[in-house]
Amino acid sequence: MPTMVIKNGSVFDPLNGIDGEVIDVFIKDGKVAKDLSSADLARAEVIDARGKTVMPGGVDSHAHVAGAKVNAGRLMRPEDHIGSVRQRTGISHSGSGYTVPSVYKQGYDYSTMGYTTVFEAAMPPLEARHTHEEMRSTPMLDMGAYLVLGNNWFLMRYLHEGEIDKAAAYVAWMMKTHKAYGIKCVNPAGVENWGWGKNVHSLDEPNIHFEVTAREVIRGLAEVNERLGMPISLHLHANNLGHPGNAEITKESLAVTAGVSPYQKMGVEWAETRMDPHRAQSVYLAHAQFNAFGGTSWRDFESGAEVLAKYVNRADHVVIDNGAVPFGPATCMTGDGPSIHDLYVLAGIGGQKWSNTDVELECGSGVIPFTYLKGNPISAIQWAIGLEMLLLVDDPWKTIMTTDHPNGGVFTQYPQVIAWLMSRRARDATAAECHKWGYDRSTLGGVEREMSLFEIAILTRANTSRTIGMAHRKGHLGAGADGDVAIYNIDPERFNPDDYAEIVRAFGKADFTIKDGMIVARQGEVVAVPDGRRYYCEPKVDEGLARDMMVDVKEWFKYYTIGFANYPVPDKYLRNPVPIVVNGPAEAQEGR
Amino acid sequence: MIRKIRLTPKGEIDIMVEAEIISPDSFAGKSEAELCELSVWQGPRQVPLGEFFEVEAWDEETTGDGDGTVDILIDGDASRIKRIGQRMTSGRIEILGSAGMHLGSEMAGGEILVRRDAGPWAGMNMSGGLLEVFGDVGDHAGSAYRGSWRGMSGGNILVRGNARSQVGGGMSGGEILVQGSVENFCGIRQSGGLIVVEGDAVRGVGAEMIGGSIAVLGEIHQFTPGFVAAGTERDPALGEGKVEGEFAKFLGDYAISKNPKGVLFVKEAVV
Repeated sequence: MPTMVIKNGSVFDPLNGIDGEVIDVFIKDGKVAKDLSSADLARAEVIDARGKTVMPGGVDSHAHVAGAKVNAGRLMRPEDHIGSVRQRTGISHSGSGYTVPSVYKQGYDYSTMGYTTVFEAAMPPLEARHTHEEMRSTPMLDMGAYLVLGNNWFLMRYLHEGEIDKAAAYVAWMMKTHKAYGIKCVNPAGVENWGWGKNVHSLDEPNIHFEVTAREVIRGLAEVNERLGMPISLHLHANNLGHPGNAEITKESLAVTAGVSPYQKMGVEWAETRMDPHRAQSVYLAHAQFNAFGGTSWRDFESGAEVLAKYVNRADHVVIDNGAVPFGPATCMTGDGPSIHDLYVLAGIGGQKWSNTDVELECGSGVIPFTYLKGNPISAIQWAIGLEMLLLVDDPWKTIMTTDHPNGGVFTQYPQVIAWLMSRRARDATAAECHKWGYDRSTLGGVEREMSLFEIAILTRANTSRTIGMAHRKGHLGAGADGDVAIYNIDPERFNPDDYAEIVRAFGKADFTIKDGMIVARQGEVVAVPDGRRYYCEPKVDEGLARDMMVDVKEWFKYYTIGFANYPVPDKYLRNPVPIVVNGPAEAQEGR
Repeated sequence: MIRKIRLTPKGEIDIMVEAEIISPDSFAGKSEAELCELSVWQGPRQVPLGEFFEVEAWDEETTGDGDGTVDILIDGDASRIKRIGQRMTSGRIEILGSAGMHLGSEMAGGEILVRRDAGPWAGMNMSGGLLEVFGDVGDHAGSAYRGSWRGMSGGNILVRGNARSQVGGGMSGGEILVQGSVENFCGIRQSGGLIVVEGDAVRGVGAEMIGGSIAVLGEIHQFTPGFVAAGTERDPALGEGKVEGEFAKFLGDYAISKNPKGVLFVKEAVV
């Protein structure tokens, strides 16, 4: 197993309070160690990182990278592939695709940017097999997937009837059955209505047949989540996404879980950290940009980020990711079928290609190609909102940087987003190229804040890991953590935020990407292709309760188009599976 | 001084060769030996160009224009060679036989002349220059790449024989003249530019078009339903020139837009 010393680098490890200190990082047998014996030192690979930035490996907590809707995007967009082609090498596959790259290319591209861990943002239960098939074929990355449960018939029935124990038993069974990692809630109560051509537009509108409201679904799923003690909190894609004025309902939605206490009961070994590695939030809001719209129509459209950021600043139970819009081609894909239809109506000159799917008793989905143009007033405002959502929230431990890949932009544009966060001059330069609404209808032009490398490390690895419950092994360099390290060609001593082209260049190609103590990418070249791990949860619940719940599941299973025996994801679909026991007898004691 | 390059095929080619390298832009400034060493893909293998062609190169004195240009002659059949002249910006390519797929795709300038036929996707997404084919062309001439509706935006395509389906798909500028006939969906999704078909069309002419013009001088077997009659015109002016005779004029395609600007001229005698 690989043993390594990374010497003389400037280390940014927020979970351990290390802010650019020049220290050595030791890795023994793939795990971070306090130090190495002289025998280990003699055989260790040594990297001299003098004058460079050393961070834990990047962790992406929200990207659409595997499964049916991603593949629908690939199939729908041959034109996305022709101009973006990767040649195979002796150890790596060929691949193609810009906004929806093939699985191999996706793994390599993340890895060469210094990322080692990526979580798929939305796995419909019925598409779990497909999602795992694609994750199995994605090289380099440790992965997991959140299960889409916000419009699930069984859960809506239980939550309407107030059967919270049975709801928890059902979620526990679903996690194990589909090898899923966390609870994702997309447009709660609304996607079910979309099956009837309708939606919900407020938190207290009961939906068709199930008579359940968005508020009940959010509250119920958050309670189930903490009752089980899941690693990640409820991951919420709020109602009214993509509609002017939705910042208000977003605020209300976040308030729903304010009284729910976060409680992780995980049977894992916790690597050493100076900070508390447990998550502090009871709701993790996805792609806040799409849910921080102001105005009342597209004519008086403006940023609503200030309203939402003010709320997040006051609340201590919320983490958001931003879903930045870095301009250019995107492929919008979501479990929120109606939002895709709305975008089609809005953007289409007619005849624009798009797709929508109803996922039986579970959820929905939609895909549409979209291009964000600097000259377009709405795109310019969305660009501003994406950055405001990170810059206006004072505590970086409440924020995560994403592009909601490939919805707001592509993950390979992260370096550009980092440059805007770190450099006011970079923002001004882009604003000058944009439609004037970008600055005129947001507060971004008045924001002086320039993030530090320490803050960027929080937003791209430390807080992502803590938020999703991976800080027991990811997102930091404490003893016992996975030996995942990214080294960037940035000398903090000479760092100048005005030189933003340099920021883009440095974060675009990590000097070294190290996974489990092994160099996997070097200056943009893939040099080793390991298979990643697949994380999922195995929550324990009372057996009697599980039996009762199962009776209900079997009763309604006749409405599915598939047989019960074909529903679960077989073990063979996962390479290097890492189940996390949740709510086990021992773990119940372990929580805070 | 003109740089002259003659490529003489050495024999039959089995798996098609991807040779976007055959272009005045990439041939400029290279010696015979260097040209022979240029690499092309054949299936999974990279092969030097010299394996498929005898290469001769020389400079010729010129009087007047054309100074400094590169003039390539393929002295035989190139129907198993794809992507000839892809993205070329200047110079000239003449092919004495036929050309394979993607001839002159994305070309921005210069001139390509094919004495016999060209395969599918000739002039795909082209933005400038002249592409002339003496024989027939395959499907998608002057069209957008699959999945995209942003096709040819400039330049000229002249087909002296027949073209097949989706001529000028997604076209937004430039001109296509087909002296023979076309098959289905000529000018589908057209938003600008001009297509003239001197022969017949099968069906779907101008389907989903919102701008630009199409003139069909022969017969359209199945007329596209989303077009409405807008009077007649004699000798309508089209692009650089005009077509002669009495034409029925239609506007469309109302199936895709409430206010389409696409114009379709059909020879009155045929209507």
